[in-house]
Formats: sequence, structure tokens, C-alpha cells
Amino acid sequence: MEKDKELFTVSIYTENNIGLLNRISAIFLKRHVNIESLTSSQSEIDDIYRFVILVNVSEIKIKRIIKQIEKQIEVIAAFYHTDKETIFLETALYKVKSKSLFEKKDIQKIIKNSQANIVTVSPEYFVIEKTGWRRETEALYNSLEPYGLLQFVRSGRISVTKEPMNISQILKTDKIK
Amino acid sequence: MSKNLISGAEAVIKSLIEEGVDLIYGYPGGAIMPVYDELYKYQKEINHVLTRHEQGATHAAQGYARVSGKVGVVTATSGPGATNLVTGIADAQIDSTPMVCITGQVASHLLGSDAFQETDIIGISTPVTKWNYQVTKASEIPDVISKAFYIARSGRPGPVLIDITKDAQFELMHFKYKKCSAVKSYKPEPDISFDEIKKAADLINKSKKPLVVWGQGVILGNAEEELKDFIEKSGIPSVWTILGLSALPTNHHLNMGMVGMHGNYGPNILTNECDLLIAIGMRFDDRVTGNLDNYAKQAKIIHMEIDPAEVNKNVDVDIALLGNVKKTIPILTKHIFKKTHEAWISKFKLFDKIEHEKVINEDLFPTKDGLTMGEVVKIINEETNGDAVIVTDVGQHQMVACRYARFNKSKSNITSGGLGTMGFALPAALGAKMGAPNREVVAIIGDGGYQMTIQELGTIYQTGAAVKIVVLNNDYLGMVRQWQQLFFDKRYASTEMINPDFVKIAEGYYIDAKKVDKRSDLKKAVNEMINSKKPYFLEVCVEKEANVFPMIPSGASVSDVRLE
Repeated sequence: MEKDKELFTVSIYTENNIGLLNRISAIFLKRHVNIESLTSSQSEIDDIYRFVILVNVSEIKIKRIIKQIEKQIEVIAAFYHTDKETIFLETALYKVKSKSLFEKKDIQKIIKNSQANIVTVSPEYFVIEKTGWRRETEALYNSLEPYGLLQFVRSGRISVTKEPMNISQILKTDKIK
Repeated sequence: MSKNLISGAEAVIKSLIEEGVDLIYGYPGGAIMPVYDELYKYQKEINHVLTRHEQGATHAAQGYARVSGKVGVVTATSGPGATNLVTGIADAQIDSTPMVCITGQVASHLLGSDAFQETDIIGISTPVTKWNYQVTKASEIPDVISKAFYIARSGRPGPVLIDITKDAQFELMHFKYKKCSAVKSYKPEPDISFDEIKKAADLINKSKKPLVVWGQGVILGNAEEELKDFIEKSGIPSVWTILGLSALPTNHHLNMGMVGMHGNYGPNILTNECDLLIAIGMRFDDRVTGNLDNYAKQAKIIHMEIDPAEVNKNVDVDIALLGNVKKTIPILTKHIFKKTHEAWISKFKLFDKIEHEKVINEDLFPTKDGLTMGEVVKIINEETNGDAVIVTDVGQHQMVACRYARFNKSKSNITSGGLGTMGFALPAALGAKMGAPNREVVAIIGDGGYQMTIQELGTIYQTGAAVKIVVLNNDYLGMVRQWQQLFFDKRYASTEMINPDFVKIAEGYYIDAKKVDKRSDLKKAVNEMINSKKPYFLEVCVEKEANVFPMIPSGASVSDVRLE
């Protein structure tokens, strides 16, 4: 089996194309690599999109995968980083019965201590938002679970690197003639 | 209707003409009918060859592309028409063959409704295409087709699939064509590093036992002369992968033969003795390297490669020279010393002598009764003077043909290398003949693979392409049977075949046909076939349970190559 697995954040700058998500995920599929999380959004450059993909593989394997991703026509550049090289967060939403907010005083304390925010309150339910590391959103989950969670969802990781990525530079010099 | 407006379907044809296309292989059907209607109108400009199965269209386009260096073009309908292309597309992807496939798709308002003959061909073909795209508006067609051709033929070539909804084919648009010369976010050829080339030249100049292993990159880059100049100046013994075959004439004094599973004895053994391995336009396929843990560990490795993703993929290299070998080889040649390596080359000759004694002599000049595949190939060499294009399928006959066929010219060996697609040869030979009509094209095929695309005899007859078809019939799926014999205690599970009367089948398609089972008749039969101006079928009944040697057993090291 594969040795030296590690968590890597893959950042991919792309042009927008309907089939591109399929093309990128197929590269992981072909190599039997599970995607832990995936987000896609606009990047700092107009009309350029950014995928952030979290995978648990060896560095040898991720290097090869990055090259295969970069080879795809609409991909401008792809990078991989360790947790130490990035600033990263996830957001979680917790939907709880409103009754418990008023009846169980502990809940207010939990929300306050975990630096979570109440996003909305209605007579039936309220929604808490917590942004942070996985262990923080997990801790809040564990604290709220006894009070009955109506719904829970956590986003994929979003991250920026500590070092610059110079995508604008690549766009100017490298790929466009 | 405004005079300047044309349909999307006509825009497809006009775009193809702009790209210099005069030949298409394909098969009509509901969702591509508007395009076929335009093909009917433009039949003076574009010759459409109706294959008998869409897979045949892809292999014919591949054969055409490989022999001519042009882009092969395929059209098919949606659903099963499109899925039948997948094998050929996968084959073209792994063997870097430039191909553009155009498929019809159900009308855009029906997408996702499981309409008749709807299939998600974009999703299906994504992992096996260099690029693919679905067109839903006629106005997109010229730019998309122009981009498709640019991507298919530039850099490391490959297949592109364009899926066009039926409504986009009917929709009217203003046609304006601009040839694509760049795509943002796509860099076909990486930058050349002169410093790395100088470092590589230093290594070459210091090396005592260098070895060149070249692949198809040399042929795709039209760098045959550059390769020849390089090895002649450096005096380096040179060997080839199966797809590199024919880039250098067989009789060149530095051509030492084939590497890989059924490659030559010396090239395999000496891979693990060289002190410097210079890989040119090849990708260290597992059939070439055997067990990677024991592959050229003693040697420094220089890898000349156009595709950065191939560098350090299978083998870690000391120096990577990125770029088109057509450009990088001459720079390297300039920086190396003129040298000879006589003592080192004599080792290859010694191993060649052993291989002749143990294998080759009996293959080519058999003393036993049964006909060998090798002697058939030898006679084809003699009758064609090594000037033929040899198209092979997959299996024992392929290995034998690639070992023994002799070539004077490049782009003469057409085979399914990476994917190993049985059924490739017959349609590919048709494409090769149409791509090189003045050359003799001989398809050498096993009895198994032949029956996978045998219906293309109809296409061959209809086009009149004078393809020479040789089936080496041993009534077995010979390569699998060989493995069963060697590694599965002769348990011949589902490898024996009761074959039809191949001569009658060929004759049923109005193709002249002959069967030979005696050595004394062989030369005359091959001669008659080569001298025919029409398509010709020759069945040769060969030894039933013969094996191909040398052989590197799966998972073994190249230096463990077996002679028996």
C-alpha cells in the first residue's frame, strides 16, 4: 500500500468550462485517489476560477497528479501545498430547535465560547455558523449534538497560501504566446 | 433567409475544408444527419468513407494519421454511434495520434431527458480525450472546430471529440473562419533549457557506455534526420520502442533493435549495463521497462520529452530536456563530441549472435515442418524490399512482425501499442493505404483480432484501396495461449478457436483470396499478393503452439529476458 500519506491542498486555476470539473475529478478517479473535499469559486483574476481540493496521498503521487492536471487544456496552473504552507478554513452550519435556545441556558454559553455566530432565528429553529479549523467545527458539533441537531453541513476547505502564487505572472508569460 | 447565413451543419463542413480535410471516416445516423446532408453537397471537396462499424472509422482515421502525419477525422451519430468510438479514441490518446471526432447529439432541449440515442459522450470520453466540447449553438462551430484541430495536432498530439446537438446543426449562422494558433491556458511545447542541454551534453561526452532509447516522439516530431545526425556523431548504439520503429532504417549500423517484453536480447540486457540512458520521445511504458525497481538503476538518465507530465512519472531521471525533440536534438548534437563506441557496440553484436542462434535462425529459417510467423514476415520483407507500410494488430503476430519487419522509411510501422487494441489492424490498414496511396500497405493480423473488425472488408472493397491482408492463423488467441502455457500450467482457457473459412469470407466480399499451409507455396503466394493491384487476402496457416521469444516475464527485470 501507499506509504507516507499526507494531507495536501491542491489549488487549480482554470478557465470556466462545463466539463472541467469532470475532467479534473477523473484524474483522481483514474489513480484511485479519494477527494476529501472540493470547492470551486471565482479567483482573484477576472474570468479565472479556482478549485481547492483536499486529498490524502503521498507527495510522489500528488506531484504526478498535479502534472496531469496542468496538462488539461483549460487549466492555467495547479499547485499543491501542505497545511503548514497555507491558511485554511471550513465553514459549518448547525440548525437547532429554537426551543432549546431558550430552555437550555448552556447552549448560549457554548455558542459564545466557541466564537460561533447565530445567523438566523425563527420561532421553530435557529442557525449557528462557525468558521474555523476542522477540529473546531467538530468540537461545536459534539457540544450541540446532545441538544438535537435538525441539520448540519460543513463546507469544503478554502485556503490561501502563505507564499505568493503569481498566477497573473503565469498568465502573462507562460501559457499565452 | 439572408444570403450570408448558413446552417451549423454546413459550417461544420466548411470548417473542415478550411482545415484541409478531404477525407472523413464515419457512419451516419439520426443526430448527425444534417451534417451528412451537407457532406452530400460537398462530396467533391470531401470524400466520406462509410466504415461498417464506428470503431472501424476511428482505427482507419488513426492509420491515416499515423502514415500521413495529418489529423484523422471521424464522424458518428449520438448514442451507440458515439460510444462505438470510445475504443479508438482511447487508442489514439495513449498512442498520441491526432484525431478529431465529431458526434451528433440529441437536440439541446432534450439533453438529460434520456431521449432516443442520447448518451453523455462528453462524460464518457473525458478521460480518453486530449480535449472535448459540446456545441449547442451554431455560432460556436467554426471556433470550436478550429480549436479542436489546433489542439489535436499541436504539442503531444491526441484525440479531440466535438459533440454537436442536432438543433445547433440546423441553426443558421454567419460563417467566418479564423485558424486557431493559440489557446489561453494551453502551452503545446514547453520552453527549452539550454543549460540543461549543456549538462546533458557533458554527461554524454563523459559516458563510456551510453544507450539511446527512442520512441514515437521522434516520428511525431518529424525528427528522424535529427536523431540520425545525433547518433551518428555520438556513435551511440540505439534501440527503439515498438512505436519508435521505422524512425531509423533497420539496416542502420547503430540500430541495435527493440527493447521491451519481446524486444531483442542485447538491448534489454544492456539496458542494465549502460552508464547513461538517453530516452528520446518515449514514456517508459511498463512493457518497455519491466520491473521498475531493476530498470537501469546503474545508469544516469536523460529524458527528452515534450510532455512534462511524462517526466519522472515512471522513472526518475537525472536530466529532463523538455521540448519538441525536433528542436532539442540538434542543439544537443552541436554540444557533443564526435565519438565511436566500438567495444560497447561489440557487446550488442555478441548478444545478437546468441539471439540468432537461440531464436532468430529457427524463426526465419525453420528446420521444422510447421510454418513460422517469422518466415512469413521475412518473405514479405523480400517481396516489398522493406518499402512497405506494415500494419499490425495485437498479439504474437504483432511482436513477430515488429521484430522482423525491415524498414527503409519512417512512418511505416502502424500498430496499436499502448492500448493493445485487437481489431485495430484491418481498418487501420485501410486508413494507411488511403493516407499513402502510392505505398504498398501490408496488414499482418492474427486470426483472433481479424475477426473483431472483419466487417471492414466491406469498406476495403467499396473504396477499392489495395490493402494486402495477411492473416497468420494458428487457430488460437496465441499470445494468451503462450501465457497460459508458460504461467498457467497449459490450462488453455477459452483461447482455442474454431475458425471460419477465411478465404470464402474474403471472397464473399469480392476480395481475391488465397490460403497457404505449405512452405513450398509461401513465397509464390506472397509474391502474387504483392503484385496484385487490388485488395488481396492471404491466409497463412502457421504452427499452432509456437511461442514468441525473447520474453521478459511480467514483473521481471529487463535483464532477466528469457530466450526459451
